[in-house]
Amino acid sequence: MSVLGALIRRDIRIAVRVGGGALIGVLFFLTVVVLMPFALGPDLALLARLGPAILWLGALLASLLTLDRLFTADHDDGSLDLILMSRTPLELVCAAKALAHWLAAGVPLIVATPVLGLLLNLDGPATLAVALTLLAGTPALTFTGMIGAALAVTLQRGGLLLAVLVLPLSIPVLIFGVAASNVAIAGQLSFSTPFSILCALSLASLVIGPFAAAASLRHGLD
Amino acid sequence: MALGPYASFIVTSYALVAVVVLILIVWITIDHRRVRARLHELESSGVARRSGRGATDLT
Amino acid sequence: MTLTELANPTRFLSLATRILPWLAMLTVVLLAIGLYQSAMAPDDYQQGATVKIMFIHVPNAWLSMFVWGVMSVASLGTLVWRHPLADVAAKSAAPIGAAFTFLALVTGSLWGRPMWGTYWEWDARLTSVLILFLMYLGLIALWRAVEDPSRAARAAAVLTLVGAINIPIIKFSVDWWNTLHQPASVMKMGGSSLDKSFLVPLLVMAVAFSLLFITLHLAAMRNEILRRRLRALQMLQASKPVALP
Repeated sequence: MSVLGALIRRDIRIAVRVGGGALIGVLFFLTVVVLMPFALGPDLALLARLGPAILWLGALLASLLTLDRLFTADHDDGSLDLILMSRTPLELVCAAKALAHWLAAGVPLIVATPVLGLLLNLDGPATLAVALTLLAGTPALTFTGMIGAALAVTLQRGGLLLAVLVLPLSIPVLIFGVAASNVAIAGQLSFSTPFSILCALSLASLVIGPFAAAASLRHGLD
Repeated sequence: MALGPYASFIVTSYALVAVVVLILIVWITIDHRRVRARLHELESSGVARRSGRGATDLT
Repeated sequence: MTLTELANPTRFLSLATRILPWLAMLTVVLLAIGLYQSAMAPDDYQQGATVKIMFIHVPNAWLSMFVWGVMSVASLGTLVWRHPLADVAAKSAAPIGAAFTFLALVTGSLWGRPMWGTYWEWDARLTSVLILFLMYLGLIALWRAVEDPSRAARAAAVLTLVGAINIPIIKFSVDWWNTLHQPASVMKMGGSSLDKSFLVPLLVMAVAFSLLFITLHLAAMRNEILRRRLRALQMLQASKPVALP
């Protein structure tokens, strides 16, 4: 257990220090959201209506772009080989790495959401709803994206290929994330239905992601 | 067989399926010929498989 | 003939070469019967003659999912049993599956035009097929991104299996999303409510298209095996010392 704890601590420290990419993700998120009014026009009513969708798309792209380096950095400096040779189950290691990545790159996105909600003319409860759905949904994005990151490191290709492979898999999370926030704002349906499905998706990806990523690393790096 | 007011849609979809299936067949056939030709070319230039058998003979 | 015996590529090649002509003939005969029957099928009282598009749309839609299933079984073969033909099967199925998925999309859209008045409606079925098509293209991109076939095979196998788990989830989410945004699907089809005069041609066409897939797949697998031998020979040739004059 202490091995995994040490791994999580190490990954977070690497991500937030100079040269780590965690905070660039938040900056990217901010930039995407700021770009939106220039494309849609500064109509506050329209922005408020599209707000949850914009925030979700921004968070999806930001978490995808930061995932690119999840395993590549470790592969480059050789620590991934050490991790593969260690006696800790690779599935648990993958889960720990994804958790660290979520803490370092996912949580800042959620923290930034209220500020960005202000820019998009979302009121307090709406911003809270979006932040809550992001809190429930971003783990799913990280853990499914990790599969893509593991494939990318074994193929020594990243960037666009990773995005093309992972984005279709994240459609369910996007659907239920945006739907839950919209329902919370408009309030025609019960919030709990889409929200609990979103949580279910997160929990399912918590299981599938580490296994698939570990299988990919084990079979791909030889 | 009367196809009604939307005959063009029906004919287009059947034609499209035929075209795509034909493209698949032609592609696979050409691919087969090309790979076989390259194999024969290599084998006649003296490169042999480790088993010593020809790459395309099936016995 | 068991699976382990088929693991010998040479034995597989000779078997494939022997049965391919018969399979092709059977496919042609069944397709001819299916096409004749669908031409003779009566018009639907609601959709008129456009119901004839169903006879090619549904088999393609069925194959688009069936081929992913075949690739998933082959991927299990790659990862679990390391069956030497499994990745050949998975790789050669992907472009064929993508072609059938494309056909399902386009015929669906052509069928929808008279029903909906537009070529594209964000209908739950069409949308899921579109996502499936994107996943096929991603898989093909992955196969093409890496030169070493066995390395690409294992990565593609992981992705195929993750996709196989995700396809039902995506289907469910798109259905849910669709009911949220649209009251009801305009196009109703399939199920047991289909009349026998439609069901028989549809089944014949489905079997004929499945045979078509098997034929194409066997031929493409044969090409892929030969291509790998070609690759091995080329590497052998490149590694041979060149006699300097």
